[in-house]
Amino acid sequence: MKVSVVDYNIGNIKSVVKALKYLGADVRLAANANDIKTSEKLILPGVSAFGAAMDNLKKLELIQAIQDYIKSGKWFLGICVGLQLLFETSEESPNSQGLKIIPGIVKKMDDTKLIVPHIGWNTIKILKPSIFFKGLSVNENLYFYFVHSYYVCPNDKNVIIAATNYGSDFCSAVEYNNVIATQFHPEKSQNNGLQCLKNFLEL
Amino acid sequence: MLAKRIIPCLDVNEGRVVKGINFVNLRDAGDPVECAKIYDDQGADELVFLDITASYQKRNIMIDVVEKVASCIFIPFTVGGGIRTINDIENLLKAGADKISINSQAIKNPNLVNDGAKLFGSQCIVVAIDAKKNSEQNSWEVYINGGRIATGKDAIEWAREAYNRGAGEILLTSMDRDGTRDGYDIELTAQIADSVKIPVIASGGVGTLQHIYDGLTLGKASAALAASIFHYKQYTIEEVKKYLKDRSVPVRL
Repeated sequence: MKVSVVDYNIGNIKSVVKALKYLGADVRLAANANDIKTSEKLILPGVSAFGAAMDNLKKLELIQAIQDYIKSGKWFLGICVGLQLLFETSEESPNSQGLKIIPGIVKKMDDTKLIVPHIGWNTIKILKPSIFFKGLSVNENLYFYFVHSYYVCPNDKNVIIAATNYGSDFCSAVEYNNVIATQFHPEKSQNNGLQCLKNFLEL
Repeated sequence: MLAKRIIPCLDVNEGRVVKGINFVNLRDAGDPVECAKIYDDQGADELVFLDITASYQKRNIMIDVVEKVASCIFIPFTVGGGIRTINDIENLLKAGADKISINSQAIKNPNLVNDGAKLFGSQCIVVAIDAKKNSEQNSWEVYINGGRIATGKDAIEWAREAYNRGAGEILLTSMDRDGTRDGYDIELTAQIADSVKIPVIASGGVGTLQHIYDGLTLGKASAALAASIFHYKQYTIEEVKKYLKDRSVPVRL
């Protein structure tokens, strides 16, 4: 089970790496275009601001490499900001352009009525069957760990595979061809999260 | 629905979990990695480690402990105690902590909160406040250095300031209640929760399940932290959650 994790000097990618290793994966860090090109599976994690994350990808000349990788049809997983970066723009960083893989934008959560960031364990509602959710018990409350202030709004609602309620429903996971991405952190979501990562590794 | 969090807190001295009363009579209570695994298995929503190592020279041991714990649990992990610089924060995050709790140093150098939030994101900067009631003025004063030094700062104003400086959460301990098992200071907790738009973690004084329920409902806290009820095996985390669930408090169970 070979997998690469994009290492672009933001936030803590260690927790993703250790969860993958715990599951028995052969984990490699991808820090340049060639690493990404030669990856068998790629994960883009991220705890950071949208603009800062894109700036770092640009500095390391990884933008084109990630776009090409996704076009190649190999499996890709985005986590948190790694989900948001797949979109066109974000209200968080109006001057930055995203990777533009999925048509749509990233919006800020309504902080007039809610505590923002949305931090903690929240449930997901699976809207479409996905291999990513294989083995999860659908009869129970499916709790995952979230830490974010922005959420994605895909133009095509059909890409949404899970939604979560915080004030109102927002998109908490997408699947788009060979791309799966989650707003929640599977690496911090105990058994449910490990199951999803395992599913991704076994694809 | 967003669940209310139940957070066990472990005091770590020179790399070992300790139990004590008011920081004295410390007794060894086991290996931090083993304790962390047990709480993770029981369904803890998060873990807090407080480094109470008295000697500065031995503080590096904590980095090693954090690394070991982080490699075997898959829930958020907060580390606090003796954090003084951005470098301290960075080292602990690199070792695998998800959040860093800053207490005394946030009062002494409040810019540490701004700088930490800017560099690492608000989500990983927790400001811990130890507050004691001033009955005459009907207010709460912030204390630092393990409750030994009064700062003259009002707890509600300080919480607001910490929020404005970029703190992602407030870990609020009532010094009047800590260790008493009389329950959280509900009035204090609710007032702080009403003053900031970030989650408040209630701490200090839990003795019964009802106390936790009150802290999360009347006290408006997003999370309940407890130490002794879990250490002394008075309740398991699962028992706490079942009690809350039966009373319609959303919990991850």
